[in-house]
Amino acid sequence: MDAEEHAPGTTAAPLDVARSDASLRRFLHGLPGVDQVGAEARAAALGTRSIKTTAKATALDLAISMVDLTTLEGADTQGKVRALGAKAVHPDPSDASCPRVAAVCVYPDMVATAKAAVGASGVKVAAVATAFPSGRAALDIKLADTRDAVEAGADEIDMVIDRGAFLSGRYLEVYEEIVAVREACGPAHLKVILETGELATYDNVRRASWLAMLAGGHFIKTSTGKVQPAATLPVTMIMLEAVRDFREATGVQIGVKPAGGIRSAKDAIKNLVVVNEVAGPDWLDPDWFRFGASTLLNDLLMQRIKLTTGRYTGPDYVTVD
Amino acid sequence: MTPSPTARADVRKTYKLYIGGAFPRSESGHTYEALDAKGRWVANAALASRKDARDAVVAARSAFGGWSGRTAYNRGQVVYRVAEVLEDRRAQFVEAVQRSEGVNARQASATVDASVDRLVWYAGWADKIEQVVGGSNPVAGPYFNLSAPEPTGVVAVLAPQASSLLGLVSVVAPVIVTGNTAVVVSSFRRPLPAVTFGEVLATSDVPGGVVNLLTGDATSLGPWLAAHMDVNAIDLAGLAGDAVVAAQHEVAAADNLKRVVRAPAAEPDWTAEPPLTAMTAFLETKTVWHPRGV
Repeated sequence: MDAEEHAPGTTAAPLDVARSDASLRRFLHGLPGVDQVGAEARAAALGTRSIKTTAKATALDLAISMVDLTTLEGADTQGKVRALGAKAVHPDPSDASCPRVAAVCVYPDMVATAKAAVGASGVKVAAVATAFPSGRAALDIKLADTRDAVEAGADEIDMVIDRGAFLSGRYLEVYEEIVAVREACGPAHLKVILETGELATYDNVRRASWLAMLAGGHFIKTSTGKVQPAATLPVTMIMLEAVRDFREATGVQIGVKPAGGIRSAKDAIKNLVVVNEVAGPDWLDPDWFRFGASTLLNDLLMQRIKLTTGRYTGPDYVTVD
Repeated sequence: MTPSPTARADVRKTYKLYIGGAFPRSESGHTYEALDAKGRWVANAALASRKDARDAVVAARSAFGGWSGRTAYNRGQVVYRVAEVLEDRRAQFVEAVQRSEGVNARQASATVDASVDRLVWYAGWADKIEQVVGGSNPVAGPYFNLSAPEPTGVVAVLAPQASSLLGLVSVVAPVIVTGNTAVVVSSFRRPLPAVTFGEVLATSDVPGGVVNLLTGDATSLGPWLAAHMDVNAIDLAGLAGDAVVAAQHEVAAADNLKRVVRAPAAEPDWTAEPPLTAMTAFLETKTVWHPRGV
């Protein structure tokens, strides 16, 4: 697609469009529509690429280094978060050449525990804030939630947008909320969760992506993982198109994080192919692309062990979490 | 002029694998020609690849919890049900055995009888094997000491090459009746009874994934299954008479201390009553100590 026709020109400051609800609506609805059949066909076609041997080994290591190892359960305990932190630093304790993951992702009250567990390893701690996963709370509560997490040491904040406001067309409200949370984040990076499973159409995914980028999110993230469908390949592809076009328009690079539903190494590699083909190799880096996942890491490790030892392994040889 | 009646087109069957309760084609897309005893073409069977074997192990592993958790009595009922359905399709099996093994109708019929009887025999053992090989042990202390056999897990079975039905049933039944799940590589040259047996399993009460049937070459799939870290035991019956290849499988199986049923020097007479070791080979004995009340 060609966003420049509709998006502000490469020289104009894109923030201009957020002057009012009307101008924001004019801009977002002026974005070209997504050809649903075409997008699904392209995503499916990219998913058929065969990645083998040394390319596969590289892809697996890259995918491991992009994982945001996540535990977001009501039943989370400090012990579980500590175990997760240990796994994040040494995903395969028997193989020192295995890269560490990008981050651990926990609820705000577990940030301090997670921070202590990962120590100085370089693994970041991400916290979901703003009344995750529904986002149904007053703004000051959402901001307090965010500040709490940042004060506890979170390096990254995963916020949810108000889907109700977005779907009823109150774009400025969503925009201002993201701006406010971004301010509350201070030095921490902000990931904006669009919850694409609730957005109903690909056009909405594209609009929400632009809205989040305009409002200053560092990452756009597909889902909370609590709603099905979560990160499907076409949705991730449309968000990658959005970050590509946004960089062309403004020069600012934004990251993408598909989360939820990516369980196998094969799915992860399909995602990497789409990243490379749609956004470009600049995004093939843990700073610009992440996988929000918990079970994915075990499958990546099992595939990695298969490649290094030449024999199939099983779930008995990776941690159960 | 009236149109001439056209001859009815043949409906030819696609012979597929049986993995996780479904009938997929081989992941590789490969097939091979299954010939009858006189070398005439019978069918194109799916040629299972190592990735089919991998998928089958995953299916067997996920079925293990449910199957091993059933009561032994219920497993016996299910295996008996397999015998019933096999009996129901006797004509089809007699023909398949006749063509595959080159025997006459009377001999093929006797083989199918023996296969049904073998399933019934094993079905009866389901809730009795524990009483025979387990029990309470006398110990010098105030404890109850009880030993009970437990299924070992996922068992890879390289089925006999010559006896395509009775041999197959005789190696699969002891594995599943004791609560294990199985990944079976059929006879390479005589795969058709195994394919039909898969259909029997699918229509009896055996949960998907408990038995997975791969048609293909045991010597090419065997090493992958023998080295697979998530396979707990392997039966090398299909390598009978090939001591060198069988030894390589045993070496590959050593890494995760698989239980190995060694390949016999020659394929045994499957009509003989099986020994209890056919079942105990895939059982592990768990012994518990429990304080005795004063």
